[in-house]
Amino acid sequence: MSVMKRLSMIFKSKANKALDKMEDPRETLDYSYQRQLELLQKVRRGVADVATSRKRVELQINGLEQQSRRYEEQGRKALSVGREDLAREALQRRSNLQTQMADLRTQHDNLQAEEEKLTTASQRLQAKVDAFRTKKETIKATYTAAEAQTRINEAFSGISEEMGDVGLAIQRAEDKTAQMQARAGAIDELLASGALDDYSGTRGDDIQAELDRMGGGMDVELELARMKAELGQGPAPQGAIEPGQQPPQAQPQQQPQQQSQTQQLRQPGEGA
Amino acid sequence: MIIRIMGEGQVQISPDDIAVLNELDSELESAIEADNEADFRVKLHALLDKVRHVGKALPDDSLEPSELILPPADASIEEVREMLGDQGLIPG
Repeated sequence: MSVMKRLSMIFKSKANKALDKMEDPRETLDYSYQRQLELLQKVRRGVADVATSRKRVELQINGLEQQSRRYEEQGRKALSVGREDLAREALQRRSNLQTQMADLRTQHDNLQAEEEKLTTASQRLQAKVDAFRTKKETIKATYTAAEAQTRINEAFSGISEEMGDVGLAIQRAEDKTAQMQARAGAIDELLASGALDDYSGTRGDDIQAELDRMGGGMDVELELARMKAELGQGPAPQGAIEPGQQPPQAQPQQQPQQQSQTQQLRQPGEGA
Repeated sequence: MIIRIMGEGQVQISPDDIAVLNELDSELESAIEADNEADFRVKLHALLDKVRHVGKALPDDSLEPSELILPPADASIEEVREMLGDQGLIPG
């Protein structure tokens, strides 16, 4: 049997089971309406949960962007005082942060899509619940067993199917949000432990750092060459300007001699 | 005939369009049986696109049961298999 038919049969059998439980159809209507209101509350909570997760990811992205800019600035300062090794380290860390940011942006887009879907489902369900309430009261007011049964079944099947659909949407959103929250929590822990935002200057896993360097090395070299060109210490690299960036000659020159000594990058191994 | 696309809502389909939808539905079923996720995705989207194209959306406050129901566009082959199983994913 086809996918479409099998799915609709599953929905129908669930609706029929619910109908069979009730002796008085009017009770069925009232019970069903209560369940619809409960589901509406759950959907609204679901939308709020997803929105909260999305905002949290947004805050994390902003935090990482700030730190990324800080590393770039540190790299620039390090170069201006002739410390290429420190500049390289700062740019390496910035490259690692950008990988994390790309991952978070993907999560953010997924959460936003989920939020929009749930908002639409919530509006649809609200309209159906309102329609059901009107129909329910009409049926109850004019109730005679034989004539009302068909209308009750129709109304009940329609709303039951919608509830199944929206219920599944909520279930899926909860699963996805739980995964996202776990990953966002992991980022928080990394930030808290300093693995992502290493103010202490201590090195983490040297092997991993070396692997990361191999991965992000090319970008770092290009960035380093670009900064050198800005500071007049070398020729501009070919293709080193990132999309959206100004060419070096269009950016204001740094004034290293005017920078406070206290802003200089700490040496590796120094305390916070 | 009314078809529900899960997560999107219901559409009214003319009887003339049912034949082509059944054909696409059979292809989707074959992809599920063959356990081919990539093919499944292509077939599912082809079927959903066709339904959206030939169907007319029902208003949000209509209370009609659907004759046919389709999985959501972002469902995985595993999710659809579970939906079609005895336990089913569908709450209620």
